[in-house]
Amino acid sequence: MGVEVVVEGLTKSFGKQTIWHDVTLTLPPGEVSVMLGPSGTGKSVFLKSLVGLLKPERGRIVVDGTDLLRCTERRLYEIRKLFGVLFQDGALFGSMDLFDNVAFPLREHTRKTEAEVRRIVLEKMEMVGLVGAERKLPGEISGGMRKRAGLARALVLDPEIILCDEPDSGLDPVRTAYLSQLLIDLNAQLDATILIVTHNITVARTVPDNLGMLFRRELVLFGPREVLLTSDEPVVEQFLNGRRVGPIGMSEEKDQATMAAELAHRDAGHADGSPTGDVRGVVPQLEPTPGLPPRGAVRRRKDRVMSIVHTLPPRARQGIVDSLTPEERRHYGTPGGAG
Amino acid sequence: MSALRETGRLVDLGVDVVRNAFRRPFQFREFIQQCWFVVGVTVLPTALVSIPFGAVIALQIGSLTRQIGAQSFTGAASVLAVLQQAGPIVTALLIAGAGGSAICADLGSRTIREEIDALEVLGVSAVQRLVVPRVLAAMVVSVLLNGMVSVVGVLGGYFFNVVLQDGTPGAYLASFTALAQLPDLWISEIKALVFGFIAGIVAAYRGLHPAGGPKGVGDAVNQAVVITFLLLFFVNFVLTAIYLQVVPAKGS
Repeated sequence: MGVEVVVEGLTKSFGKQTIWHDVTLTLPPGEVSVMLGPSGTGKSVFLKSLVGLLKPERGRIVVDGTDLLRCTERRLYEIRKLFGVLFQDGALFGSMDLFDNVAFPLREHTRKTEAEVRRIVLEKMEMVGLVGAERKLPGEISGGMRKRAGLARALVLDPEIILCDEPDSGLDPVRTAYLSQLLIDLNAQLDATILIVTHNITVARTVPDNLGMLFRRELVLFGPREVLLTSDEPVVEQFLNGRRVGPIGMSEEKDQATMAAELAHRDAGHADGSPTGDVRGVVPQLEPTPGLPPRGAVRRRKDRVMSIVHTLPPRARQGIVDSLTPEERRHYGTPGGAG
Repeated sequence: MSALRETGRLVDLGVDVVRNAFRRPFQFREFIQQCWFVVGVTVLPTALVSIPFGAVIALQIGSLTRQIGAQSFTGAASVLAVLQQAGPIVTALLIAGAGGSAICADLGSRTIREEIDALEVLGVSAVQRLVVPRVLAAMVVSVLLNGMVSVVGVLGGYFFNVVLQDGTPGAYLASFTALAQLPDLWISEIKALVFGFIAGIVAAYRGLHPAGGPKGVGDAVNQAVVITFLLLFFVNFVLTAIYLQVVPAKGS
């Protein structure tokens, strides 16, 4: 089973500019989590902090019993072997072809023979649909292919924790859907803890077990997916629906005057292209491809969520209870239907 | 305050490089590749710069010695000037301007493509894997370049003195060791070694911390070259001062 990542009171700033402060959350072992947030809210910074590439000033990041901010460099390199990270542009080594890129961690950290390396690399390449492109250089392929190759490289050491920085950016909706499916299938096979940083709403609604959102230098909320998907927070509502009206502006924050003007426009009947419906609400979660083992995370998460269900907001509670089968309702002792 | 912090980080990287240089496994392949790379970008410019440099020194000293009536020391003085000053300074210019800038640009573009981050995340130290071989390559090539500058400079001096200023070949060659001594060669090579180290460290430091985007890499390369020049000329002054104090001049 994957490794738990505990983040407590984390604060990061560059010079005088605070990126976010006092971020506290736990990535439950083996579960898939998504961190949402408008551009420029420090999502990537958060992800890089989790692997110790950036050092937040305050707080703790505990992985496998070690605080990454206070451990020795040697230990940090050891811990990093638990991680597989997919960077925004794949971050492939430009001087090596795809095969060598994917083989790099194996050659660096294991004593496998070249035949074994070849077998594992080809297996991962097939997983991400890159068979036949082994001898291409990163400069010769499209952004989507680079991204998939980056994912293959992140996977070769069978990581316990997988971090993905905007896996959907630069991909069309169809490829994004394939990638989402791939991540869920991986979770079913490896039972790894996964964190995806994105601003793609479809991914956020269908993929994760847990959802969080960063905005205005703070973690707005983090918890079971039902909580954020049914939240009444204006930021969450605006973001999920992709509207202009709301607290998020073109620059990160919006002043009162702009907000009032936009409201006035809307009330005057300005069609600003915002969707009229509200996409909030709990939608069915993506399941592993039929034939794969069921995700262990689903059962564990249900137990965990049901133990805290009484602390959640009513609508989230409703969403959770609605998603239970009658059998499960009996098991957890919840009243059927409208809970 | 921020200048002090940058200096601290630069020194920190220097210490890190020294420590990692002794850590196994040594990246031999990368080291050889980098040596070849640095030689490739520096060797021709160095040869082309050192010929006129040697000539200028020979002409200057030739006319000076004639004025004070010490033509017999022309050879001696030019060897000393080339070996002690011209060699290290030409080496410094080229290793910083050509070698350092190439190293900085290479590491800088890798940094903005997140390759360095990826390397670190894969549990591989970028300092051990990339910076150490580059710094060592800069040092080795710097020492070799210095040797080349000395030879080319002295040959150039000989040519200009003997052919253009009608000096006597025998006198020029015979006086070679009148003023110069073996420690002059050592200090020259030690300077080159130190210059190579500093140029490598500064280039790597700026390359690993560019401001965002492709323009950041350009700026980083520019700064690396300027900072290296300033540092090298200062270090050259300090080493020369120490050497002149510590090693007695020949015959004194």
